[in-house]
Amino acid sequence: MTSVAPYSDQFAAYAANGGGEGPAWLPALRQQAFERFTALGFPTTRDEDWHFTSVTPIAERTFKAVKPAPTALTLSDLKPWLVDEAWHRLVFVNGRLEPALSNFAELSAEVHVSTLSDALREQPEWVQKHLGALAAFDRAAFTALNTAFMQDGVVVRVPKGETVEVPLHILNVVDAQANGAAIHPRLLVVAEALSQVVLVESYVGLGKASYLVNGVAEISVGSGARVDHYKVQRDNLEAFHVGTVQVTQGRDAIYHSFSYAAGAELSRTNIYTKLAGTGSEARLNGLYVLDGNQHADHQTFVEHLAESCASRELYKGILDGQSHGVFNGKVYVDPIAQKTDGKQTNKALLLSEKARVDTKPQLEIFADDVKCTHGATIGRLDDIALFYLKSRGIGAENARALLTYAFAAEVLETIEIDSLRLELERAVFERFTHLRLE
Amino acid sequence: MLIIKDLHASAGDKEILKGISLTINAGEVHAIMGPNGSGKSTLAQVIAGHPGYEVTSGSIEYEGQDLLEMEAEERAQAGVFLAFQYPVEIPGVTNAYFLRAAYNELRKARGEDELDPIEFLDVMEEKLKVVEMDASMMQRSVNAGFSGGEKKRNEILQMAVLEPKLAVLDETDSGLDIDALRIVAGGVNQLKKPSNATIVVTHYQRLLNYIVPDYVHVLAHGRIVRSGGKELALELEAKGYDWLLEPVGA
Repeated sequence: MTSVAPYSDQFAAYAANGGGEGPAWLPALRQQAFERFTALGFPTTRDEDWHFTSVTPIAERTFKAVKPAPTALTLSDLKPWLVDEAWHRLVFVNGRLEPALSNFAELSAEVHVSTLSDALREQPEWVQKHLGALAAFDRAAFTALNTAFMQDGVVVRVPKGETVEVPLHILNVVDAQANGAAIHPRLLVVAEALSQVVLVESYVGLGKASYLVNGVAEISVGSGARVDHYKVQRDNLEAFHVGTVQVTQGRDAIYHSFSYAAGAELSRTNIYTKLAGTGSEARLNGLYVLDGNQHADHQTFVEHLAESCASRELYKGILDGQSHGVFNGKVYVDPIAQKTDGKQTNKALLLSEKARVDTKPQLEIFADDVKCTHGATIGRLDDIALFYLKSRGIGAENARALLTYAFAAEVLETIEIDSLRLELERAVFERFTHLRLE
Repeated sequence: MLIIKDLHASAGDKEILKGISLTINAGEVHAIMGPNGSGKSTLAQVIAGHPGYEVTSGSIEYEGQDLLEMEAEERAQAGVFLAFQYPVEIPGVTNAYFLRAAYNELRKARGEDELDPIEFLDVMEEKLKVVEMDASMMQRSVNAGFSGGEKKRNEILQMAVLEPKLAVLDETDSGLDIDALRIVAGGVNQLKKPSNATIVVTHYQRLLNYIVPDYVHVLAHGRIVRSGGKELALELEAKGYDWLLEPVGA
């Protein structure tokens, strides 16, 4: 595939024009990543991991770097996307931090939250130790591309025993100025032993623009620490979104993830976690809501690498129009990971004849004393349930909407931040009905 | 109020109702009894517009309208109510939301203003008493995780809110203990008015001790094989259904 070639000039220009700033190891890392991207090329459907998702629409066009420009967006423009104004927030517009729209000064002095560029200036050795440590790009072209081009990102370091009470919101906004551009957000989170933090990573497209978001998050959850990570993808319908989350968990560490995908023409979300410490627990939940020609692919990979770890996965999809959903849930249980307790469930609701879903659970179990289950269902709305609602005077359209919402509610209920749960419940409810949820 | 003439209905290729004729006037309570498979639940569901049955011939006239031409929601809006034998669970939608949505659809159909959640709370306070339900039930998801008795009480609560002209109770007594049966039957009796009518579908006479029918009809093999007064139910209780079935099979 020749589609990687145009990026060579871009990379050369980027490296020559400030992209190479920072400590000496950084340009070298970028160079290495770019070479790897060039060698790998964009994945094709011959790749097992990309069998149901063709990235041809991404590969056949050349996304350019965003031209830095001051934004005209104000906080009131962003109000619908802030979800909860009490949260700490870092607002990025077209890949650049907007300090005037952000508000994270109130975070305790103990907790380090900064942009990647500030962290590279202030604690380069610490960043060097962690950046790229989890997000390997040997076999991951999009991660390699992100590493080569990553712009301003976010670095979060929660020291031992610290709890960040209020969620930290990383809001990535893209508007029409970024039409035709690629944005490569990067997130690095290190939650040290016994610390706790809640992250909300959200993506929003404003105005008409076709762009590529290619994000990478690396999250290290230390012994006894807990990270709750909500990813809310509401890019606009001409956009492409690729996001990879790489997690490693220490002893008794808890990682809870929720991925909501309602935007983008084509999206791929990878959530990978390594249960590396005894007794650690991962919960990976998600909901995707698609219509028209949208395509959304979720791939999860849970590696049970220690004893007595638990993983729980619940993914649901609602598909209308001619949309296409993919869920691929991989679970690997290492020979030493005895007493593994794994459960994976994924359910899809098809609202139209032309919508389609491909689901593929993949379990590789090499230990003998384990409990691992998986289940997948694909269905339509139940006629008897529809009749029940209609027999109470509720019209066919609203009856379908209520039942569709009820289908989503099971997984939305697992969101532990009330304001976010209410926001997504409202979004899903109003997406399917003209009724209002109060 | 309701005139059923020579009603035939099928599920798939199987004819279940084979010519039912029945007239029900305002103020009356009719009991439909019969053994399993006689078609009594089918009759209840056909009246409410269940999508699983096809009416192949005959007619149902309700308040001068052709009921069979109406969608299920139009029937409900016109005052027909079916208490389900197996109420459906709707996780994520609270009872309060569901009841208000249904209530407002009916008000809209009658050209009345919709009630907001606060106004609706006042309505509910009184309705909950009918089935001796606690207000906390309003915040639970519709029927999700409800016991059998709670589900049936929830059906009668919906009936209390919607105030139907024609209520059809489909085996509302099945699976109820005696206390729940008393509450459910008490609710139905409180809702009875000279202007409305009730059809009670049941296998057992027990419920009819509480909801006293004016007429009893026995269904077998998709036909009404005997009609009578409330004493017919007692006779069935004593003798079973067999004595009525033989002539049909012969």
